[in-house]
Amino acid sequence: MSLESGAHTVIWYCFAFLTAGSAAYVVLTRNIVRAAFALVATFIGVATQYLFLQADFLAAAQVLIYAGGITVLLLFGVMLTHRVQGMEMRLEPVKAVPGVLVALGFLVAIGAAISRADWHLVTPVDSSGTTALVGEAIMTHHLLPFEEISVLLLVVLVGALFIARPGHSQSAGEDE
Amino acid sequence: MIFNYGNVLVFAIAATLFVTVTMLVSRLLQPSVYDTEKLTSYECGMRPVGSAWVQFSIRFYLVALAFIIFDVEILFLFPWSVVFTAAGLAALVKMGIFIAILLLGLAYAWQRSDLDWVKQVMSPEEGSF
Repeated sequence: MSLESGAHTVIWYCFAFLTAGSAAYVVLTRNIVRAAFALVATFIGVATQYLFLQADFLAAAQVLIYAGGITVLLLFGVMLTHRVQGMEMRLEPVKAVPGVLVALGFLVAIGAAISRADWHLVTPVDSSGTTALVGEAIMTHHLLPFEEISVLLLVVLVGALFIARPGHSQSAGEDE
Repeated sequence: MIFNYGNVLVFAIAATLFVTVTMLVSRLLQPSVYDTEKLTSYECGMRPVGSAWVQFSIRFYLVALAFIIFDVEILFLFPWSVVFTAAGLAALVKMGIFIAILLLGLAYAWQRSDLDWVKQVMSPEEGSF
């Protein structure tokens, strides 16, 4: 193992620990606001995993949309609830036996998938990143899907604004 | 290729160290004198009424929803800007169509006054949960 790949492995383990640790904190903390902030660290950790897989555009998307946007939406969702101060999440096991069974089954399924997968060791190619490739694709061969994305986003925006408007439903009209 | 991000990593580490070292030095050097006045929001000024943890207005959520949509739009500006110099005017028109369709949504939100600020001012009794 060369010095470069050794440092690479150490850095990978650091970010893997950050991702898994902050994800565990999200699950284990009782404070819902702290959970939302720990989720930012998880999202950024996942983004670094994308970077290790040489998917730099996906990493940028992860940081911009999940760490930047979804977290804001989550925090607003938390702040919109009544009495957020006294609210603590229950951590007692509600259905212990089915929960353990589901978790074990999931572990076995993932373990089986990992052990059966045909892993290839790929040496990292020296590329200048995927962003320019994505840019070429959406400007030439995939122009119509690209323009359809904007139509889709327009539908989502109008639909979300319509549903979330105060007075649309009884629960949403409380502050008017 | 992965080492192109080495400088990003160095920046991240430097930023983290800057904050932690500053907080640590401040913690070590500061005299610790306890006073309840220090715990108030403004040491001289208005007394805060109620808790800071009030229920937000639903309108913040509408703004956040619109923000997510335009966040996704900004994401697609990145690859476009990388190839823009090579693609030229055609790329400008294509991105113009993309943004124009999304601007319809902004116009809709504006026209339905979803972007207006909260007009109703909360009384302190309502605001303090």
